[in-house]
Amino acid sequence: MPSPSRRRFLKISAATLGAAAAVPMLQQATPFARAASAGPGTVTTIPTYCEMCFWKCGGIASLRDGKLWKFEGNPLDPMSRGRLCPRGTGAPGNHIDPDRLKRPLIRSGERGQEQWKSVTWGEALDYVAERMKKIAAEHGPESIALWKHGTGSRFFEHVMRAYGCVNKAAPSFAQCRGPRDIGNLLTYGTGLGSPEPTDIANTRCLVLIGTHLGENMHNTQVQEFAEAIGKGATIICVDPRYSTAASKAKHWLPIRPGTDLALVLAWLNVLVKEGLYDKDFVAKHGHGFDKFAAAIAENTPEWAEKETGIAAGVIRETAREMARHRPATLVHPGRRVNWNGDDAQRARAIALLNALLGNWGRQGGIFLAAGMKIAGYPFPKYPEPGKPKVDNPDGRWPFADEEVTTGLREATITGKPYPIKGWVVYAANLIQTLPNEKETIEAIKKLDLLVVVETHPSEIAGWADVVLPDTTFLERHDDFYVGWGRQGWAAMRQPVVAPPDEQKPAWWMAKELANRLGVGAYMPFKDMEEYLAVRCEKSGIDYAKFKREGIVMGPKKPITIEEGAEIAFDTPSKKVEFFSDQLAKAGFDPVPKYTPPEAPPAGFYPLVTGRSPVHTFSRTQTNPLLADLVGENEVWINAATAAKAGLKSGQYVRLKNEDGVVSNRVKVKATQRIRPDTLYMVYGFGHTAKGLRRALNKGASAAQLNTRYKVDPLMGGTSIHRNFVTFEKEA
Amino acid sequence: MARFGMVIDTAKCVGCMDCVVACQTENDVPHGHCRDWIVTEVRGTYPTLEMEIRSERCNHCDNPPCVYCCPTGASHVEPFGKTVQVTANRCIGCKACLAACPYGARFVHPEGYADKCTFCLHRVKEGKDPACVSVCPTRCMHFGDLDDPKSEVNRLLGSRKWHTLLPEAGTKPRIFYLD
Amino acid sequence: MLEITSTRHNPFVDPQLHVWGWEIPVYLFFGGMIAGMMILAGIAMLRVARGEDPESFFSVQTPLLGFMLMNVGMLALLLDLSHKLYVWAVYLTFEPLSPMSWGSWVLLVAYGILMASALVRIGDSWPWLTRTFPVVGRLSAALETPSRLRLLAFANIGFGIGLGIYTGILLSAMVARPLWNSAILGPLFLFSGLSAAAAMVHIAVRIFPGRPAPQGLVGGAFAAMWQPLGARAPRAGTENALVRADVGFLGVELVLLALLLLGLVTAGASQIAAAQILISGAYAPAFWGAIVFAGIVLPIALQLLELGHRIPHTVVPALLVLAGGFALRWVLVNAGQASQVLQSASR
Ligand SMILES: Nc1nc2c(c(=O)[nH]1)N[C@H]1C(S)=C(S)[C@@H](COP(=O)(O)OP(=O)(O)OC[C@H]3O[C@@H](n4cnc5c(=O)[nH]c(N)nc54)[C@H](O)[C@@H]3O)O[C@H]1N2
Ligand SMILES: Nc1nc2c(c(=O)[nH]1)N[C@H]1C(S)=C(S)[C@@H](COP(=O)(O)OP(=O)(O)OC[C@H]3O[C@@H](n4cnc5c(=O)[nH]c(N)nc54)[C@H](O)[C@@H]3O)O[C@H]1N2
Ligand code: SF4
Ligand code: SF4
Ligand code: SF4
Ligand code: SF4
Ligand code: SF4
Ligand SMILES: [Mo]
Repeated sequence: MPSPSRRRFLKISAATLGAAAAVPMLQQATPFARAASAGPGTVTTIPTYCEMCFWKCGGIASLRDGKLWKFEGNPLDPMSRGRLCPRGTGAPGNHIDPDRLKRPLIRSGERGQEQWKSVTWGEALDYVAERMKKIAAEHGPESIALWKHGTGSRFFEHVMRAYGCVNKAAPSFAQCRGPRDIGNLLTYGTGLGSPEPTDIANTRCLVLIGTHLGENMHNTQVQEFAEAIGKGATIICVDPRYSTAASKAKHWLPIRPGTDLALVLAWLNVLVKEGLYDKDFVAKHGHGFDKFAAAIAENTPEWAEKETGIAAGVIRETAREMARHRPATLVHPGRRVNWNGDDAQRARAIALLNALLGNWGRQGGIFLAAGMKIAGYPFPKYPEPGKPKVDNPDGRWPFADEEVTTGLREATITGKPYPIKGWVVYAANLIQTLPNEKETIEAIKKLDLLVVVETHPSEIAGWADVVLPDTTFLERHDDFYVGWGRQGWAAMRQPVVAPPDEQKPAWWMAKELANRLGVGAYMPFKDMEEYLAVRCEKSGIDYAKFKREGIVMGPKKPITIEEGAEIAFDTPSKKVEFFSDQLAKAGFDPVPKYTPPEAPPAGFYPLVTGRSPVHTFSRTQTNPLLADLVGENEVWINAATAAKAGLKSGQYVRLKNEDGVVSNRVKVKATQRIRPDTLYMVYGFGHTAKGLRRALNKGASAAQLNTRYKVDPLMGGTSIHRNFVTFEKEA
Repeated sequence: MARFGMVIDTAKCVGCMDCVVACQTENDVPHGHCRDWIVTEVRGTYPTLEMEIRSERCNHCDNPPCVYCCPTGASHVEPFGKTVQVTANRCIGCKACLAACPYGARFVHPEGYADKCTFCLHRVKEGKDPACVSVCPTRCMHFGDLDDPKSEVNRLLGSRKWHTLLPEAGTKPRIFYLD
Repeated sequence: MLEITSTRHNPFVDPQLHVWGWEIPVYLFFGGMIAGMMILAGIAMLRVARGEDPESFFSVQTPLLGFMLMNVGMLALLLDLSHKLYVWAVYLTFEPLSPMSWGSWVLLVAYGILMASALVRIGDSWPWLTRTFPVVGRLSAALETPSRLRLLAFANIGFGIGLGIYTGILLSAMVARPLWNSAILGPLFLFSGLSAAAAMVHIAVRIFPGRPAPQGLVGGAFAAMWQPLGARAPRAGTENALVRADVGFLGVELVLLALLLLGLVTAGASQIAAAQILISGAYAPAFWGAIVFAGIVLPIALQLLELGHRIPHTVVPALLVLAGGFALRWVLVNAGQASQVLQSASR
């Protein structure tokens, strides 16, 4: 797509010419004479996989006369099943986004002032390599850490590992699915990973606790959600807000935020007390059931009603409804589950609820994901790590099985156990994604080098010493995505269009950096085509066909007991751990126990967050296609609460938290769709980076208000919903 | 000859706006304008609520006031699928059709002519579904021939309860919303 | 409770339809007034043809004024069009269901009629023309036979009524806008047009006639434009006749307005909501103040006082009528766009 002004100019001149000649031609004019710009031209298509979020759907990009036109689902791909979500469909908007970074930048002012000078790639990479070498010489390569999110970080991680760096972290664990995976790991011996192996399509009863499918646009799940609705599945939705999913539900349980564990415990209690659970499953696969049953004996619906605000009768009725459909009842394990800072235990309680329903490896429950193998590239061995990682010293969070972001940040601030002097940040807008931006900034101030690899002049880029402009996913090769699901598959990422300016693909940057750091041997291939072709060749995959089709499917395997699969559990007891000896030994509750959330100070409300279907985190707010649809977020306030506070829909307010942090102005949405004691906001807005011109000061940032976070003692997950806010009216 | 229409299952639609984005890219809809859009209608008082989400666009009405009022014939019923279309180079931009449409389905293209949903006839002629229908992740949209008793759209209309928008306007809209 | 949200954001459509600004009200106002002038001129011509008032002043001068005002109205219309280069497309077709198409053709014919009517005694207003082109003078004379004048008179009256009603029907055909969707709108605009015409001619009679005008090419042309009634002065009693007619037209207009509102408030929810926009909504001050009071009631009162010789004759009432006539178009065009067919609340 050319720039709008240019397109407009071309069309106008065409129209003027047309006018002169139009009279005799009228009869021939088709109604699409103009819409014909949407018509043929020369259209070419290239498959690739989407990275507008991390679901990684397979898609097919169309070019019209060599210009990027549209991006659609690849029917061969099991994730998209031929259809993308709105963000994927809006991916061409990323390519043309005028706010993108265009060339490498080196800081010219104070850190955080967003003052730059443009430099050549050679200058930028030399600068980075020199600084890295200096840090390595003074403190060791372990003092350079990588922050990463997304496929493109693959070769940065690889090169840095080759250079001797050991520290890295991604917000996808401690800020996202970590607590859920640990809750499941402790219970079943396996986390669920991504994509979650949930058989939503065939479930008879779907329980959504927070999980706001339809706004959370994880594509396959949304598709299957609609399929389940079509087949008449019962939906039970627990959410303080009347979410899209809640509007599809037979039972909407508008829970008091932070009290979900009480509800889940009460459900467990009903299933056990009324003998509605899957006794065969428990007998065969359960460990410590009696101790578990005893532990939850007091958690009656009546008890839970007081905590959650959900009537005991409704709790009983919904528990019975779940039992009625088991094993084809699925309590969705959730994804971004870190709401309160004790979320791993809630996730574990949900895992136990699924266990009582006996849905492990069952149709309509949780299936056993199948994968496929693609041989790795024959890289040289990495050097032995010189020092241990800093993010989780002495197993402070004993059950964390990935790096803890706030741990790495804290080590950077304290310099303990050893100093962290360099950060390389790849596609993670840490100011918006980590709780308490003050601490992030404090950590940045300790650094000798902050390199940010970005597509956009984001908030974190604003603090960088060097900014390296990445291509968008439509403009580059990346490694294959090898996915786990109903059937294993792999997807191809390849450039469909050239980057508009001097942006370079991540792998190229990593390769250039490797050469400068003296570890070029770890990037021996000429380019990605060569790398990918080698992997294919070693795996017996036809690379040319893969390029053409974008997807290769792995072998089909049974994924449910119904299909002949067998189940086994990799816990210490080799069973489903209703009672967890490991937790007991580590000094935690072996069976989840509820603690009530703090009450807000008078006049304050808990602020909870979620997703807009057309945006991804804080990364799409400048995308012209998507920003056109949702250009700012709104703060949802129950209509009665708003009326009492004298607030009207459409009016702007600022939110202030207990620590006095005041947000950017944000529009009020006074609505029936939320509890009177709770506020809601879509996360990702309220940008403060000046370069994000389209998004600057549009809406409020939930992250900015998240100053009082709690850290999950099991695994280091940080709470996002434990700040309270009040309104300040905008004059 | 076919008479195209759409049947949209509101029970499945999640209001994700994919249909809107797809229309933008497929049809080069100018920035700041849209040919389709999402309406949510919430009834009731907390906590007893109901919500309908609809993907809306030109209804390609059987009784189209926008066509009747057009002084130039630019707005017309196209024989192919009996759809309502605008011939851009015959439109004077009088905007009578915008005022005449009870659904607000039309807008003035920045170049001056009246524009709106075409039912993606350029795709339909190639045997494809309209762009919005083809991307919808919930597969809640169905496009087809209302005059063909065996079509999917008619099967759905026969098997489910449905409603149309503003029937009181007398336009006989051809987008049907399943309850 | 019903909470409706929409993601649509089209300019001039959202949050509320506003495709027509000042241009269309101006056009409708001039259109209506010209229609009224044609009718008035037609009636006068009939009398001339019957020999009742051979020198009838406005039988021949009003069309010239009308012709010129028509240009202003058409300019406003053209300014409104957003695809101007294609304006010729209107005359490549006739769309029987489209009031605008009817209107376009009626306007074209009315243009011709006005031109012909203005030609009847063009020599009076622009002597240079007939002097230089005797053929024009001959044409003028040829038109002045009683039978031709009668024909022209009927054409003026017929197309005047057509044009006047059309300015209302243009709006009233739109089911989508409940405020407009009333059969009263045609007659209402016709009578409002007549009252404006009477007022306009009244003003013209007051200001222009009886003064010697330049006679030459340029001066004469200008004079014909801003002094269209030429050197000839109207008969005594003309002004009174106009004022009396105006009071009558305004009276009818008031009744029609009342009927319009009555029709709306006794119909469905959409119509009631539409009427609210005028009665108590955003346009209430303009409606009650500018249209009903200042545009109708006050001029009626003033003109009655004038007729009763309680106050002197001035153009003040006529100016009020003109302002009121424009306000009527402006308010109805705007408020009408704000009105919409409402979805029934229950389902
Ligand atoms: N307050 C709050 N915090 C949260 C969440 C929340 O809901 N509320 N959600 C949490 C969750 S679930 C997650 S998964 C994380 C997400 O955390 P992140 O992945 O860090 O999310 P983003 O804020 O989108 O930051 C991504 C940055 O990468 C850039 N980027 C996008 N594409 C590319 C690319 O191709 N290459 C490069 N180099 N850069 C790119 C974008 O411009 C953006 O600045 O956030 C977590 N943090
Ligand atoms: N469009 C879009 N889709 C996305 C993403 C995106 O950025 N954009 N990000 C993807 C990623 S990485 C993730 S992790 C997921 C996150 O999406 P999910 O895992 O589905 O949802 P959460 O963000 O955990 O929860 C948000 C919902 O929980 C409700 N909620 C808030 N507090 C509470 C509470 O105390 N109890 C209960 N029961 N409900 C509560 C909110 O009202 C909201 O509806 O979305 C994925 N999908
Ligand atoms: S879910 Fe949407 S944004 Fe994420 S990968 Fe799939 S299409 Fe792209
Ligand atoms: S794409 Fe489908 S589900 Fe999404 S809003 Fe449109 S119709 Fe609804
Ligand atoms: S929806 Fe509006 S624009 Fe479309 S055919 Fe009906 S009246 Fe015309
Ligand atoms: S704007 Fe164009 S299409 Fe619409 S009524 Fe006028 S001429 Fe017809
Ligand atoms: S049918 Fe085509 S033009 Fe109409 S809304 Fe759908 S995508 Fe847009
Ligand atoms: Mo996430």
